[in-house]
This record gives sequence, C-alpha cells and structure tokens, in this order.
Amino acid sequence: MKAVITVIGHDTVGILHRVSGICSVNNANIIEVTQSVLQDLFAMFMLVDISKLDGDFSNLSNQLTALGEEMGLSIHTMHEDIFNSMHRI
Amino acid sequence: MLNTSDILETIRMIQDECLDIRTITMGISLLDCCTGDMSTLCDRVYDKITHCAEHLVATGEQIEAEYGIPIINKRISITPAAIMLAATNGGDPVQLARTLQRAAETTGVNFIGGFSALVHKGFSAGDRELIRAIPQAMAETTRLCSSVNVGSTKAGINMDAVAMMGKVIREAAVLTADAQCMGPAKLVVLCNAPEDNPFMAGAFHGVGEPDCEVHVGVSGPGVVRAAIEKYPDATFDELADIIKRTAFKITRMGQLVGTRASKMLGVPFGIVDLSLAPTPAIGDSVAHILEGMGLSVCGMHGTTAALALLNDAVKKGGVMASSSVGGLSGAFIPVSEDAGMIAAAESGVLSIEKLEAMTAVCSVGLDMIVLPGDTPASTISAIIADEAAIGMVNNKTTAVRVIPAIGKQSGESLEFGGLFGSGPVMAVRNESAEAFIARGGRIPAPMHSIRN
Repeated sequence: MKAVITVIGHDTVGILHRVSGICSVNNANIIEVTQSVLQDLFAMFMLVDISKLDGDFSNLSNQLTALGEEMGLSIHTMHEDIFNSMHRI
Repeated sequence: MLNTSDILETIRMIQDECLDIRTITMGISLLDCCTGDMSTLCDRVYDKITHCAEHLVATGEQIEAEYGIPIINKRISITPAAIMLAATNGGDPVQLARTLQRAAETTGVNFIGGFSALVHKGFSAGDRELIRAIPQAMAETTRLCSSVNVGSTKAGINMDAVAMMGKVIREAAVLTADAQCMGPAKLVVLCNAPEDNPFMAGAFHGVGEPDCEVHVGVSGPGVVRAAIEKYPDATFDELADIIKRTAFKITRMGQLVGTRASKMLGVPFGIVDLSLAPTPAIGDSVAHILEGMGLSVCGMHGTTAALALLNDAVKKGGVMASSSVGGLSGAFIPVSEDAGMIAAAESGVLSIEKLEAMTAVCSVGLDMIVLPGDTPASTISAIIADEAAIGMVNNKTTAVRVIPAIGKQSGESLEFGGLFGSGPVMAVRNESAEAFIARGGRIPAPMHSIRN
C-alpha cells in the first residue's frame, strides 16, 4: 500500500526535512520524491510505502496536515489508489 | 511514479471544484422484520438497522481520511415501509417513523429513506395508512425521507394516488409552517422510481435487492463546469466528449469508494449513481454548467438542449467507469439546492413550465421548487400528473418535490439551510384543476409499454 504526499506552497528552509521526519516517525518508507521550485512556488510529490505504518493512516495524515498549517503550506496525504483509479485504465 | 499533473488535477477537483462523494447509502431489507404487532415491528426494525449500519459512519470517515475525498453524507435506505405495514394489525405508522428517526440518530447517518409506498397500479394493505401518516411523520422527524411512486411506464398513472399526494404535500407544509415548511422538502412523488437510488428524498431499498448492500452517489457539477470552461470554442460534439471524460474520472472515484466501503463493511456493492448533484455552494451548480455552454441565464431558450447534452454525456462517460451504474444517474435540477437555479428563478427567467420541459431530458424531475402558500392541493396534484406523464411516456424516472410556502407569495422565499439551500417562491397557474383531479381512476399505460 502506498500513499502520495503532495506539498505545495512558498519555498522555505526545511520542508523536505520536516515532512520526511514525520514519515520516519510513523514508519512510512519514502520510495520516490519529485520536487521543483518555480520562482517562489515549491511543489513536492512524495510516494511513501504505508504498509508497515506505526498507527493509523489518519495519524500520519493529520500530522502532515498540521505541519502544513504551521508552515503555511498545503499538504495532502492521499492513498495512491485514488489517482490510479481516476487516471489509469 | 504517478504523473504529477494527474495528482494536481485530482487535488484541484477536490479543493477548488467541489468534487465530493455525495453519499454512501446502505440499503437494508426489512422484510424479515414484518410482524402483526406494531411495537414488535418497531423493535425489530430498530435492531436490524442499528446492527447492519453500526459501522457505516465510521467506515465512511475512514475512507474519507484515506483517499482525501470528502464524503458529505452517510445514509440508509430501507424496504418501503408500506410493505411492512401490510402485515401489522393496526397501530400508528408514525410510531414506525419515530423508530426510524431514532435508528438514524443511533447510527449517526444524515438521512434514512424509505417511508415509502409503491402504488403505481393501485393501493394494497398498508399503502393508504402510510400515505395518510406522511405529513405527521415528516413533521415529527428530521432525518426521515418519504416517497410515493404513483406511476410507471408499465402500469400507467394512479390518479387516485396523485389526488391524495397533492393534499399530503399541502398538509405536510402546514404542519411544518413554523419550520420553513420543511416537511415536503423530505417528500417526493415519483414515476418509474428506481429501486437502488442512493439519493434522497426518493431512496428506498427495493424488494428485488439483496438483504444489505452499499451504494455510492458521486457528484461534481463544479468539475464539469471547470472542464468545459477551458474550451470556450468547442463544438457540441467536442463538448460532449469533454464532459464524458470528466464524468469517467468522477465515476471511477465513486467505484473505488464503493468497492472499498463494500469490502470494509462486508456487504455487497450495489451501484454507483453518477449524478451531478448540485449544492448551494458557489461553484457547485448545474445551472452554471449550462451557462458555461453559452446560455446567458439558465431557463432561457436553449436550456433544454444544453441539459439533454449534459445528461447524456454524463451517463456515457460514467457507464464505462463502473461495474454497475444505477439509481438516477444524470443531472439533477433542484432549484433551491443550486445557486445558479436560485438566481435564474429570482430573475424570472426560469419558470416552472421551463423546468417541466427540462425534466423530460434530465435524470429526475421538478425538484425543490417553492410554490405560493395558497396553491390548492388540486393544482399540486395536476403538477404531479404532468410530471408523471412525462416519465411514463418517456420511460424515465420523473419526480415532484414541491414545497408550498404557507403564508408566503411570489417575491418571498424559504430558507431551508444546509444541502437543501433556499428557494424563491415561483409562480404557478391559477386556473383550477379541481374537476380534472376529482375524476380519479388510472391513466392507462402507453402503447409502447407492451414490449413482450
């Protein structure tokens, strides 16, 4: 089982560090990261393995959402199935 | 890795374009609860519903968190209550209504539908009792929805039931006059009612359905509007293609949620209803899709053609995306629940006559329309008869959910709140339909109903 973490917002120091920290605490293994900075806009897409999570998926999701609010970023944590079902046949 | 533009498209649909799962609806058969004593029936009904739907709300919330997609309502549909009343020896049907409300509160669902009777060919035991109890049941409950099927393509239109329903709607409005006449907003009169509809107020669990199953109703008018806005110069065939592609993606999401819910709850997956169901929220309007096609105001000439294209393209896009499409599937055109429809009605461009024409090509019928408070019951019945005739002849579901605004006239409005929105009082014809409705009997089924 995998989830996609999407981070969008103004670029600042430590975004990757903080997000990956939360993944590590929850035992979500990072498989792939795509990141770009266009002018001031930071966009990162992270694929993480959630099959061995410590605790609920909602824990991870809530912590990341809270981090987003703290850092002024928009962070979404969604199961990869939703993207696969909508965009792949 | 997934394509980043696909990821962003999904997030934009949910965040900016109001994409949501409107409802996860659990259909529960209550046939095994039937018994002669009303109190025993109520106890059995309460126990079965609270047992089957014990984890429905929690499951919905878990799926919502996993996929990051809002699931607005969790609902239950039950066997038409009149069928259960057929077995009871007396007793007050309102007692059953109170029980259903209590079961809805215990399970935490937003609505429970199925305080219903199917009388398209005639009344059987329990039907008249249930219909007479509807106004009081609607007044005493907040989560219970009621529906009566008065016609079908196979059976014709039961005009005795049509006459009855005009009075029932008025009475339901009178009993809830101090609560924005909310009673009739939870009551719908149908022709060709589907038995697996997850949407309220017409949801009930048909007798041909399994013991328990779960349906999903998807929405997303905002997504369709945003998609067509990107192509202002597209021809109609190109437009249909854009809508089909969008409907496909929305329905795939519904299918995913439905199969997941079915697995988690351990009950069969029923259907995906891929209806474009508007809400009063900005950007969640079906009228705005039609206006996005080039109409200056919804309700002007051209509206029916635009809606026909939309309704058809939604079905075609959705049907490929799901293992089982059912319910109403198409575009809803409720007035009070759609910001664009409200504005069009207030401006005077959108009339009941135009809405009636639109119902010949949309997925349902005259929905959430506020009538002047002094509209006679016979006029409401005549509106129902017209609408049922469209459904019967065109082999489609039609419905009437009108709300007489007791004590109010044109220029005033009712404020329902929440998903029900607010509706301006719309003008109706004043000519009396008394003599027409008083005839009673049945309008025979059309020639093309004989298909065998």
